[in-house]
Amino acid sequence: MEMKKTVSLAAFLLLLAGSLSVIGCGSKADQPGKKDEAVRQTGQASEGAQSARGYISIVGSSTVYPFATVVAERFGKTTDFKTPKIESTGSGGGFKLFSAGVGVEHPDITNASRRIKKSECEKCAENGVAEVVEIKIGYDGIVMANSKKAMPFMLSRKDIFLALAKEVPAPGGAEGELVVNPYTAWKEVNQNLPEIKIEVLGPPPTSGTRDAFVELAMEAGAKEFGWIKALKKEDKDKFKKISHTLREDGAYIEAGENDNLIVQKLDANADALGIFGFGFLDQNSDKIQGTFIDGVQPAFDAIADGSYPLSRPLFFYVKKAHVGTIPGVGEYLAEFTSENAWGDEGYLTEKGLIPMPQEERDVFAKAAAELTPISCDEL
Amino acid sequence: MSSQKEQRPVAGNRGYIRQKKERTIDIVSRRLAQRYRKEKRFKLYGLFSIILSTVFLAVLLTSIVSNGYSAFFQTYIKLDVTLESTMLDRENLGKSDFQGIIKQSITKLYPEVADRKSKRELYALFSSGAAFQLRETVMKNPGLVGKTIPYWVPADDDVDMLMKGHSKRGVPENERRLDDRQLGWIDKLVDQNRIEKKFNVTFFTAGDSREPELAGIWGAVKGSFFTLLVTLALSFPIGIAAAVYLEEFAPKNLATDFIEVNINNLAAVPSIVFGLLGLAVFLNFFGMPRSTSLVGGLVLMLMTLPTIIIASRAALKAVPPSIREAALGVGSSKMQMVSNHVLPLALPGMLTGTIIGMAQALGETAPLLMIGMVAFIVDIPGGFTDPAAVMPVQIYLWADSPERAFLERTSAAIMVLLAFLIMMNAVAVIMRRRFEKRW
Repeated sequence: MEMKKTVSLAAFLLLLAGSLSVIGCGSKADQPGKKDEAVRQTGQASEGAQSARGYISIVGSSTVYPFATVVAERFGKTTDFKTPKIESTGSGGGFKLFSAGVGVEHPDITNASRRIKKSECEKCAENGVAEVVEIKIGYDGIVMANSKKAMPFMLSRKDIFLALAKEVPAPGGAEGELVVNPYTAWKEVNQNLPEIKIEVLGPPPTSGTRDAFVELAMEAGAKEFGWIKALKKEDKDKFKKISHTLREDGAYIEAGENDNLIVQKLDANADALGIFGFGFLDQNSDKIQGTFIDGVQPAFDAIADGSYPLSRPLFFYVKKAHVGTIPGVGEYLAEFTSENAWGDEGYLTEKGLIPMPQEERDVFAKAAAELTPISCDEL
Repeated sequence: MSSQKEQRPVAGNRGYIRQKKERTIDIVSRRLAQRYRKEKRFKLYGLFSIILSTVFLAVLLTSIVSNGYSAFFQTYIKLDVTLESTMLDRENLGKSDFQGIIKQSITKLYPEVADRKSKRELYALFSSGAAFQLRETVMKNPGLVGKTIPYWVPADDDVDMLMKGHSKRGVPENERRLDDRQLGWIDKLVDQNRIEKKFNVTFFTAGDSREPELAGIWGAVKGSFFTLLVTLALSFPIGIAAAVYLEEFAPKNLATDFIEVNINNLAAVPSIVFGLLGLAVFLNFFGMPRSTSLVGGLVLMLMTLPTIIIASRAALKAVPPSIREAALGVGSSKMQMVSNHVLPLALPGMLTGTIIGMAQALGETAPLLMIGMVAFIVDIPGGFTDPAAVMPVQIYLWADSPERAFLERTSAAIMVLLAFLIMMNAVAVIMRRRFEKRW
């Protein structure tokens, strides 16, 4: 009896293992014609420890991620190279990985929703990443939006600053006097605004969207006050503290990195405003509407011609040393900088990327083709 | 209590005596009613908790299923594709202009659409993956060259959302993803019976994609499979060996106590910590490749090991000492006693613990974030060192995509993950039922 049970248990285990290995098979034929060539170790790479890599490794900004992934997928399908692997690590995290060194264990490309900082560029040089090529890919608009069930908001950047900063200039007070943000309704901020409670859903501090929002909207709004603007020259830290600190009393609600969630919350709460990338407004234009900022509504053309104030450039950075050693890097650059991708009618515009003007595209396409490195001194 | 006693009604002489000294049976029967009431309330609390959790579960499942079931179907459009031999190079089929062939067949359906802008809008109704699918079909059957075949191509996700009723026709034109002209073209397809919802095979066979209609879960399923295989292959033998040694051979002293405390602590450590450990040890120190199921499996192994050791030790403890004594008594060595008698009896419990540990590992994303497995990976992994994502990561990535069609795919992927979890837990239950021995 005992024996029998043990035997049937063993048989069961065998069956389990067998069925698992069946799932495991059939993988061999998945990638016909994909290049499997080994990659030579590049100069600085540690010897031996790392196996060769046959695919491009990309890290960086979550804002560029939706565009880079589309290019990568097309690239994988239309060429014989493997599809690049893209991690969304945020701009800062991307630079950290990117600048760690040259060699197959380090990423080839990093995406960024801001320009590389001088310190990051110097870190690259320190770790042997001598030549870095900078490619600007286009623009992204940051929008504030609310539910279609309500009227669209018309805000100035000053209104945004007054409504969302933690400390604001005392209403009617002397210059240089700050008070904890007393405003609870939009009407208190500006007579022309509706009597609606201030309630803004936005990204958390780790997000690049938040960085850009603070820089483009809050900072510009703060500068409307002469003495705060003067502060920028005199006491930069204090200026940053005033203009970059969002209130924490519940009027600004950190809604997490998931922009879809913000859209759903806006749909449910007609009084709330949300902050996210233009792509989400573009995809959900039946549910939400963009807020006019300084009289301009976020729209494709308004962002492209620069009249919409909250827009920022997007970049990616390539290690020159990896072009030619990791298969496909040069071809990926060519695909990304082709008119078919980033042009006025390219497939990236369908995903919400705002293209650069033709002259700028030509400049960066040339940089991509000739692999012109940037110099840290220019930053 | 005492005030109640005084209020009791008094009847006659005998009642007077009773009032003086209450009979025990009365106290008992009164208390009994109270106790029954108390017990009833206690049961009700339990019942209420069960109902509450069932309601929550039901709400969760209904919302997932109602959001996700439509992802198992995908809108397809029938085209009459003419595979002219002039457009196809027989020697080099893969390089032929399949995009051109698809566009040609679309234009044939709508001869009235002429200018460039309208054509762009027309092509936007069809998935950009159509050409790649046609390429595959023709590569498999080169005999098709020169023929005209009816061919079903996936519709663009905007069309799919419209056909499924997730986006409405009623809203003003500038608020829709599709304009009036595009709706007219779709109506024409409907009239000609050229548009149809079919079972979404792609969802179960493809890897990730940025086009919802081309995205699938199979890449993530295989990534999860390879990752769990590494986890299982390492944590099962190591966990059982550790448990057997600690339970059967180790002396009871300060050192083993210390180890035991640490194992119990490790089981409660937040999983992201194991990710950081994996990043420091496996990636930075050993230089293993990032984003691969090998490293993912190793990290999850660290995470499940304590669970398996604890469950295995419990299973070993449940084997009665009489079995051990009897084995030793008839002259078997300690190793024979363990491997021939104790281990087979404890194995079902160990396996149950292992499967539960595996199910836990299957749903884990936090530790994988640190080692680069939260990534966009299109190619389906073919081995342990290929870049791979796992199922919960795929769910996370889709939930964060702007395209509305990914919402339903997120829910569908959750359903697939839940199915795997239920399957694994069911296996654990069946094994326990079938092989467990009680004394």
